[in-house]
Amino acid sequence: MSMTIHVDVVSAEGHLFSGQGEMVYAPAVMGEIGIAPRHTPLVTRLKAGEVRVDPGQGKEMEHFYVSGGMIEVQPHVVTVLADTAVRAADLDEAAAQEAKRRAEDALANRTADIELAKAQAELNEAMAQLRAIDRLRKTKR
Amino acid sequence: MAVGKEIRTQINSVKNTRKITSAMEMVAASKMRKAQDRMTASRPYAERIARVIGHLAMANPQYKHAFMQQREVKTVGYVIVSSDRGLCGGLNNNLFRKLINDIRALQEEGKRVKFVIVGNKALGFFRRFGGEVMAQITHIGDAPHLEDLIGTVKTMLDAYTAGEVDEIRVAYNVFVNTMTQQPTVSQLVPLPEAEGEEKTELGHHWDYIYEPDAKEVLDDLLIRYIESLVYQSVVENAACEQSARMVAMKAASDNAGSLIDELQLIYNKARQAAITQEISEIVSGAAAV
Repeated sequence: MSMTIHVDVVSAEGHLFSGQGEMVYAPAVMGEIGIAPRHTPLVTRLKAGEVRVDPGQGKEMEHFYVSGGMIEVQPHVVTVLADTAVRAADLDEAAAQEAKRRAEDALANRTADIELAKAQAELNEAMAQLRAIDRLRKTKR
Repeated sequence: MAVGKEIRTQINSVKNTRKITSAMEMVAASKMRKAQDRMTASRPYAERIARVIGHLAMANPQYKHAFMQQREVKTVGYVIVSSDRGLCGGLNNNLFRKLINDIRALQEEGKRVKFVIVGNKALGFFRRFGGEVMAQITHIGDAPHLEDLIGTVKTMLDAYTAGEVDEIRVAYNVFVNTMTQQPTVSQLVPLPEAEGEEKTELGHHWDYIYEPDAKEVLDDLLIRYIESLVYQSVVENAACEQSARMVAMKAASDNAGSLIDELQLIYNKARQAAITQEISEIVSGAAAV
């Protein structure tokens, strides 16, 4: 029997693949790597490309497109943590700026202090209303 | 016969309302199922990434990332996850109430709070009551994507790295079951000590090769891990929203049903009274002739 390595491919939004493979190919930042069973432990970043798992025994190769991510290799386990979005430091920075700007736009005249007492009073009132509706329903039956 | 016209229109309008609420109930029920699926789908990623981080932490015990170090807490940053839309019972209110209690306790200790918000309802809340909001994202829809959250989470993490915030917590609703949602505040950063499972599972250290280098790799992993935790809470909150809406709309439909019954009874009585009166008028008229 030929040697296999366990492969998990997961992304934040779902589990993509889990199974055995004779060989795994992944687009690492330093160039494509091929991982055979008993590979030395390795952690690296992935760039956009294709992760391929060769299940061996003449079965068809499994393909996954990743837009980036991380890969952890241990002698008998490979974990691919795929990104669902294109990541780059400047893109992330732009997204952060955008999120900040949105907050500034939406809360133009905000104050630093939060009016706790007022908020609490209003929330209590809302909860009392909900409870009253609930009670109304129960007494009717 | 023009009896009880007002009552009839009222019955019709309540019936129309019931149509809407029962439609919303069904929509929420189907969306809830999908949201629950997304909730379970996002779990493996967080588990795997936590495991990898655990391995790396064991491999380099000397390197402590900033996200793993405890420091004196002066300012607490909250990531608040709320729904975009209302009509979901007390879901958001319960969360905000819990939050207010938390904030009050912190303020009594002389600590400051900053916020990053997800969802329209939290935005409305802070618009009304003030508070230091650093970033926000709204309208993420029923199927939130991790990429929508990157910027918002990064703002918070940057603030942490810059020392503006010493602890990050996330506030959201935990999906217990369809009827129960538990408003929860949990700590994101510094990462709470890893659960003891790693130690029993692997007794030895892995000697990793890092590309490009250990710190960068760990950095990337930690950021992704925290993002995935926030993503998970957003997805979970979405499932809570749908189930809360389903329950609220079911209650509203039931209420409309009993209201219709009552109105129908009043209408029938009025109609009967009118008929009786008419007959007695005819009879007395005939008797007079």
